[in-house]
Amino acid sequence: MEKFTVHQGVAAPMLQINIDTDAIIPSREMKLVSKQGLGEGLFAGWRYTLPNGREPSPDFVLNQAQYQGTSILLAGDNFGCGSSREHAVWALKEYGIKAVIAPGFGSIFYHNCIRNGILPVVLQNDEVLALAKHVQQNPQSNQLNINLNECYVSMVITKGNAAIEGTEPQRFTFSIMPAQQAMLLEGLDGIALTLKSKSKIEDFKQAYQRQYPWLA
Amino acid sequence: MDRTLFEKIWQHHLVEELDDGAALIYIDRVFLHERTGSIALKSLEADKRSVVTPEHVFCTMDHIVDTIAGRGDNTKVPSGKNFILATREACLAANIKLFDVNDPQQGIVHVVSPELGIVQPGATLVCPDSHTCSQGALGALAWGIGSSEAEHALATKTLRVSKPKTMKVNFNGELGFGVSAKDMILHLIGAYGTAGGAGYIIEFCGTAVDGLDIEGRLTLCNMAVEFSAFTGLIAPDEKAIAYLNGREYAPKGKLWEQAVMFWQSLFSDENAKFDHVIDIDCADISPTITWGNSPQHACGVNDVVPSINKNATQNQLKAMNRAYQYMDLQPGMALKGLPIGAAFIGSCTNSRLSDLRLAAKVLKGRKVASGVNAICVPGSTTVKRQAEAEGLDKIFIAAGFEWREAGCSMCFFAGGESFGYRQRVVTSTNRNFESRQGPETRSHLASPATVAASAIAGCIADVREYL
Ligand code: SF4
Repeated sequence: MEKFTVHQGVAAPMLQINIDTDAIIPSREMKLVSKQGLGEGLFAGWRYTLPNGREPSPDFVLNQAQYQGTSILLAGDNFGCGSSREHAVWALKEYGIKAVIAPGFGSIFYHNCIRNGILPVVLQNDEVLALAKHVQQNPQSNQLNINLNECYVSMVITKGNAAIEGTEPQRFTFSIMPAQQAMLLEGLDGIALTLKSKSKIEDFKQAYQRQYPWLA
Repeated sequence: MDRTLFEKIWQHHLVEELDDGAALIYIDRVFLHERTGSIALKSLEADKRSVVTPEHVFCTMDHIVDTIAGRGDNTKVPSGKNFILATREACLAANIKLFDVNDPQQGIVHVVSPELGIVQPGATLVCPDSHTCSQGALGALAWGIGSSEAEHALATKTLRVSKPKTMKVNFNGELGFGVSAKDMILHLIGAYGTAGGAGYIIEFCGTAVDGLDIEGRLTLCNMAVEFSAFTGLIAPDEKAIAYLNGREYAPKGKLWEQAVMFWQSLFSDENAKFDHVIDIDCADISPTITWGNSPQHACGVNDVVPSINKNATQNQLKAMNRAYQYMDLQPGMALKGLPIGAAFIGSCTNSRLSDLRLAAKVLKGRKVASGVNAICVPGSTTVKRQAEAEGLDKIFIAAGFEWREAGCSMCFFAGGESFGYRQRVVTSTNRNFESRQGPETRSHLASPATVAASAIAGCIADVREYL
């Protein structure tokens, strides 16, 4: 899995709350038994003018000039709620999203992100709004910087953007479970990691099956 | 030290505490379905890894398979056949028990697993499906995961899990006339919001929970995920034990006795500490229905569409306005009497025998209003058979309902069948998200009895007038 340590990229605001996995990747876009080929279906219901079409809808944030090359999403609370479909994360990844920043996430979605090298960042609602305001108001400085070693997100002020040069970029810290931080920082494959404990698991299983033989 | 039920089960399954703060948890059973399971099996194979205990893994065809009579591998969902064929092939290769398209035990995973005794008290069960929380109703630690985590569970018999916090939700008192488990869970989410359970494993307790039968408890736990909980759980009691007795995959003979003895130790100790406790007075719960595009937009069937709270944040304001617009409703409008175009009884929330019996009680001798597309999809082929043996199918059909084969069906839209553009549906399912049941379908979540009553009335109805 790809490591996540630091990342700087364009951030796009999608601040509505409860964006569910079906909105991230509609069921109808999951056509193959594959983790690939999902990027095109990302946000398909909003991104294109027609349900099964591919003509970009000009209103949708990721289609706007200012947000070309977006790699960070700024989202509302409970992002990724709903169905467990990991396709939502595979679609984001294929599109090029490296991190999602929101006040809260759907629990399964959060774990799916970690498993696929996407960083889910939990910040306070007003902090997310401050970041969103920054990228919305400063099209030339619409990038954010995320550091997972030190667990912070900061605004990037591009030189030459007279409007905001000289202002102090804001920086927000976040917390993440050490287990999840480690997975991302090192790009670990959970299965390979766990299989290091193989003999321990085997011993546990033996004892477990003696104690709970009806589950053996 | 007094411990909660969750802590006991966690401890029984703890292989090791990992130095990164997570724990390695032993997994007793894995259930898969053709939508997300096929990809897990396929990707496992591609990585040259194998399923360590295939005898503990089960798979069913429920999500994509058609629910119309005479169904086969072809589906109305475009490219659905790919999933069905891939699943069959992968299960065969991995030696996994599959409840295939026309298997007499086929059905929705969370209906099949309890009814065959696959999920058991005190066991851990995972499935790449968010409504796996339903199965906590039998006292198992059962939760939904993603496909990659399913691969992990299949290949290692364990999962790396960060321990959730604990919450107890007490439903005190008795349920009122015409009020069922679905109304309880909608009421809870309506009162505390969809984020109310985030980060918690929830144990449902209280007299009203004790009073529910197992099927009602499955309904209650089903929507723990709509409450954002890690999962839901109910301590196994005599009812749970009686429910499992004689089921195909439940222990038999001496093992049964041993298991029962153990199951009787599965409860939260009297002074066990929960991180959070919520108390609900069941006298406050009436037949409940959602009005908006989120499960938290729930209110009593006689209430009006709520207006925006004065202290609402910008985001909440936007969300409410979007909900009104999407549902084509205005604050202050009465829900009761709102005309509907369709009625759906089905899904892992409410498609078990007791649900169908209750709906049939409402439907008996009555007719679905003209212009209402009414459909009933039993949760499993077993449920369907049992219902037919009691003659319930005849009641549904005589009333004007379509009577289908088992599966998820129109609980969700995958490009196949739907209720139609912007159709207003009263539905016994669990999600009223935008376009969940079809392009811009307007879904109102309610109990199967309320769905039946509304189908008859042709508009949202108070089931108490039909019982
Ligand atoms: S019935 Fe609906 S909610 Fe339940 S498993 Fe199937 S698609 Fe998911």
